[in-house]
Formats: sequence, C-alpha cells, structure tokens
Amino acid sequence: MARELTYRDALREALREEMYRDERVFLMGEDIGAYGGSYAVTRGFLQEFGPERVRDTPIAELGIVGLGIGAAIGGLRPVVELMTINFSLLAMDQIVNHLAKIYYMFNGQFTAPVVVRTVEGFGQLAATHSQFFENYFAYVPGLRVVAPAVPKDAKGFLKAAIRGNDPVIFIEHSLIYRNRGEVPDGEDFVLPLEGAEVRREGRDVTIVSWLRGYYLALGAAEELAREGIECEIIDLRVLRPLDIETIVRSVQKTNRLVIVEEGWKSYGVGAEIAAAVQERAIDYLDAPIMRVASVEVPMPYARNLERLVVPNKDKVVEAVREVLYQRTLVPVAR
Amino acid sequence: MTSTVDGQLPGVALTKSELLEMYRLMVLIRRFEEVAAEQYALGKIAGFLHLYIGEEAVAVGAIRAMDPEDHLVTHYRDHGYALALGLDPRRCMAELFGKATGLVGGRGGSMHFADASKHFWGGYAIVAGLLPIAAGLGLASKYLNQRRVAVAIFGDGATNNGAFHEALNFASLWKLPVLFLCENNQYGMGTAVTHASAVREMYRKACAYDIPAEQVDGQDVLAVYEVTKRALEHCRNGNGPYFIEALTYRYRGHSMADPETYRSKEEVEEWRRQRDPIVLFRQKLLSHNVATEEELAALNQAVEEAVAEAVRFAEESPEPDPETLTQYVYADPITVH
Ligand SMILES: Cc1ncc(C[n+]2csc(CCOP(=O)(O)OP(=O)(O)O)c2C)c(N)n1
Ligand SMILES: [Mg+2]
Repeated sequence: MARELTYRDALREALREEMYRDERVFLMGEDIGAYGGSYAVTRGFLQEFGPERVRDTPIAELGIVGLGIGAAIGGLRPVVELMTINFSLLAMDQIVNHLAKIYYMFNGQFTAPVVVRTVEGFGQLAATHSQFFENYFAYVPGLRVVAPAVPKDAKGFLKAAIRGNDPVIFIEHSLIYRNRGEVPDGEDFVLPLEGAEVRREGRDVTIVSWLRGYYLALGAAEELAREGIECEIIDLRVLRPLDIETIVRSVQKTNRLVIVEEGWKSYGVGAEIAAAVQERAIDYLDAPIMRVASVEVPMPYARNLERLVVPNKDKVVEAVREVLYQRTLVPVAR
Repeated sequence: MTSTVDGQLPGVALTKSELLEMYRLMVLIRRFEEVAAEQYALGKIAGFLHLYIGEEAVAVGAIRAMDPEDHLVTHYRDHGYALALGLDPRRCMAELFGKATGLVGGRGGSMHFADASKHFWGGYAIVAGLLPIAAGLGLASKYLNQRRVAVAIFGDGATNNGAFHEALNFASLWKLPVLFLCENNQYGMGTAVTHASAVREMYRKACAYDIPAEQVDGQDVLAVYEVTKRALEHCRNGNGPYFIEALTYRYRGHSMADPETYRSKEEVEEWRRQRDPIVLFRQKLLSHNVATEEELAALNQAVEEAVAEAVRFAEESPEPDPETLTQYVYADPITVH
C-alpha cells in the first residue's frame, strides 16, 4: 500500500519515525525548533520531541557539523541541518577534512554516521543564496551524496541515511517541497543509498537529471512526445556513488545524452557524467553530449536576469533538439 | 529639563538642522520600509526582504557620527544604513524592484545595497562574513596612514560565528581602526539570544580580545550618536578597535516569510508602545522646543512624498539590460574561449 505525500511530509515522516525508533537520533540546526525550520520540515518537532532532541543552534555551521561528528563518534545518530547549501561552505572543513576522512584515516576502527541535511534552490535570492554545490560534496571520497527528487526517495533515503554507518550529505531543493508523490506505507520502508532510476522510457534520447532538473526533464519530455520524440528520463537520485551503469545502458539504447543540472556547467556533476559515459560508450554516441546548466555568473537578483541564468524546460527541449540535430522538428512517421 | 537655547538639546553638540535631519532620516527609513512591505505583497519585490523597522535609531545615530571618509560594511538588513548615509531613496527602491536604476543595477536586491562613492562597501548576507572584511578595511586604512575608521554593523546572531571571533582577534592584535557595532535586536531569525549565546550581553565578548566595549540604548538616537562619536575618535587616534552593542528590537518578522512563532505579540507591542525610537526622539524634540509639531509634520509630509516618488521611480525604471548579464564577472579581460 502507498499514500500520496508531499516531498516535505515525506521528509517529516522519515525523521519522526526514526526518532521514535531510535533514541540516539537527534536533530540539530539553525531555527529548526522554535521557528519551525526555514522550510517548515521540522515544524512542531520541538513540541513533540523536546529541546534535547530538537536543538536550535547558534549560527555556527562549522560547529554544527563538528559537534555532529563528535556526537556520532560518541554513540549518537545526529541529523544536522545546514539551513541552506550556501552556508555549508562555512562547514566545509568539518565535512571534507574531518567527516569524510575519519573511517579511512583511522583504519576503519570507527565511523562517524552523521546525516547532513541541506537544501539548494533559487528565487530572486541573489548571488550568495542561490547556489548549487552538490558537486563540491560529490567530489569527496568517503561521503555519500543523495539528492532525491520524489517523495518516495526523500523518505526512503533519509531513513536509510539515519540508519546507515556512513556520513551522508542529503540535498533537498526548495522549489520541490510541495511536489506530491506515492510513498509506500510501513515504517521499515528504506531505500539503499545508491542507484539511478529510469523514470520514463524512450528510444530517442536519454536525459539525466536530479532534484528540480528532473521535473524540467519531465516537462520537456511531455512536450517533445507530442512531436513524436521519445525521451528516456533518468533520475540520478544519488550523486556519489555514481550509478554510471544505468546511464550507459540507456545511452546504448538511445545513443544520445542530455544532462540537466542547475549548477554552473564547468567542473560540474554533468562534466563527470559526460566523461564517464564516453569512457564506456563512446561508440554508441551519435551526437555530442549536451549539458543544460546555469550561465556562469553569480546569480543576479533581478527577475529578468535570473530567468536567463537558470535552466528551464525550454532550454532542455532545445538541447534535446540539438542532440537530435533537429531532424525531428517536423513530426515524422516511424 | 528645558533647553537653554531654542533649537538645541542640552549636552548635545548638534544643530537644529542636524537634529531635524536625523528625525527625517528615521521617519524616511520607517516609511520606506512600510511601503516596501506593501510592494512586496503586490509582488513588485521578491526574494528576501529583511525590514529594519524598530531599529532606525541605530543606523541614523551611528552613521551621523561617521566621517564621510570612513568605511562602512554591514549585514543584509541594510536599507536603513543606505538611507541614513543619504543615498537616494529612489535608487534604493529601484534596487528592491530589481531595476537597472537601482543602487547596484538590480543585481543585489534588498540584501546587497552598496555605494562605493560613499565608501559603503556593501551589505553581506552570509552571517558574520563582513566582519573579517571590516578588519581588512581597517588594515588598509592603517597601512595607508589614513585616519579612516572601518565601521562594521551586524547582528547579535553573528557574534556566535567563528568569523566574528577571528575578526575581533585580528583587529585587536594589529590595533586596527575598526568599530564593531552590534545590533542586538534580541533574535537571530527565530532564535532568541538566550538560546544562541552563552553570553547574554554581546559587548562582553569583546573583552576576550581586549577590545574596549560598551552597551547603548539603541532606541535612543542621540545616545547612539554620542557613543559612536567617542568610539570613532578612539579608533581614529590609533588605539585599535572599539565595540558597541546597541540594544534594539525588530518589529517585523525576520523576513517576509516569518511565521513568528517564537515570540509573543505582546512583546512586540510593548516595544512599539514604549520604546519606539521615532516616538522617543519626537517627544524629545518637542519637549525641548527644538521643533514644533508643524515642523515635524512638514518633515513627515516630505518623507511621504519622497517615498511615493521612490516607488514611482522604481516602477517606471527599466529592467536591467539582458546584454549586461555576463558583465562584471571579471574586472580584467578574458581572452580565451
Ligand atoms: C552563515 C549563515 N548562516 C545562516 C544564515 C541564515 N540567516 C540569515 S539571517 C540569520 C539571522 C541573523 O541574526 P542576527 O545576526 O542577529 O541579525 P538580525 O537578522 O537579527 O538583524 C540567519 C540565521 C546566513 N545568512 N548565513
Ligand atoms: Mg538579531
């Protein structure tokens, strides 16, 4: 059985269930308690679980993650929240130099199972509050990096992350919290923290994306389907470890690949996917791999400029036409 | 108490016209922001809009005490500083509207006002990020043998961040001319100071770095002016940094999206009723015969018109030219493609 939940409620359920299941699980972050969370994910939690387990913190990201690491080593299961991914930069040293290293550097003697929840997005928030940094984390061995696009994954991944023994960077997106989707019933619904998923089958082109990009891809696919272009859509779901096999299999079928990402194109997740695909399947490619990404500028506030920067459905449609050399601009009978 | 000379306040070295200008600026900030909130509701302004209403005396008192050559860096709740500096309300409003005529051409919006010609090096939106920058401005001033002080304005919440502590230590260690002005408005977003800071009084944190510090009533514009004046002299005379904590209160939510579940309506009402900086200053001006009701009413009226004009200007201004999107990423030319 399954119910329809919003992405936000799926996260809330995961947190609540795990907090009831395991006393060692606690939450820590800025404005998650009295304020109710900047994106209302933890609204009511302070009242339900009390201030020991729902801890409002000072504005001290490095400290938040660092304390999370210590608490995890000390036997707890911290779920720490970085209010937005932009502020994760202040915690980068704890994440990269400490959290990601501990298990390996100390020869596997102990782990630091910290879940770092954070969120990216945009919406006229200007240069320092509209950034996409998943590639920063995905670069680092030792971290698991998940970026669920649908409520089912949001719930299943978050529960798995809390139960697992590795550090997990859990990336949400501010513009999809209200999106709805089926979520299986049962408190033991957990999903392994790996594997991309083909969410729509198609023969003409593969589109790989995640988070909001996935919804852009869906929109583009629907539009293109009206002209007889069939897109295969892969929701990447997990950025590290990267499930390149699923992408390669799809590309072997469609022979064309478009990657949709919201970050800047250079040195992004798309660059890694493109490189990995050509290593394994260059002979299958009938066109250069296209990346739809943000224009490489700090994000401007003005609405008209911001619109130019970020990917949208039209840009995805355009990229698909490009890898098809526009030969299907006019619908053709097959 | 009555003033000895009409048009002056006892013990205050400000002329009548200066006092009235301070009053006008406080009213301007208040009305500018009230109208900005309306425009936000109409969808003319988007993203984050952090209002300064209730805290006007801090910006106006402190900035009035600065020399025109002094440096200023602030956090993101920055409309008040810009207006107190005398920046054109039309260009401020246009920035909120994301228009080409805005202070920074519509690129920054509410959180990133700036004007290099006034040495206002910007509003910064990563909490505490501006503090090391302020120390660096102090370093430049000292290095260049200037007598400029770098003024940093930030919130109580910033004092719990590592960058704050690094900046204070640097400034004291190298005796840099930096005035740290902390606006303690009792909350960082929805978290009360008492829940976020082990030390309740922000100014006491400065003693860890041997920086002289004091607290001031941030609702009293003249008190803020006086203490800032003294503090700036201290810094200007080569004595290193100074720290001021202004006790104040924000009437509105943290931003436009704030559910305000963390404080009571009564608490807000109490500040509004008893500690409103504009009401307090107005009473002082009237009771000491510095100004008449009519004079103040005329200033209020002028502010109304200026704000309405600012909205008109913002409304009619063009959006930024899309051609400029990639301008200003680098200052020097890039020749590889
Ligand atoms: C490093 C960082 N963490 C979190 C935030 C989100 N945030 C923006 S303002 C704010 C509260 C700041 O409080 P305070 O310094 O007291 O200034 P106030 O808003 O009260 O004027 C928070 C947590 C941020 N902008 N930067
Ligand atoms: Mg504050």
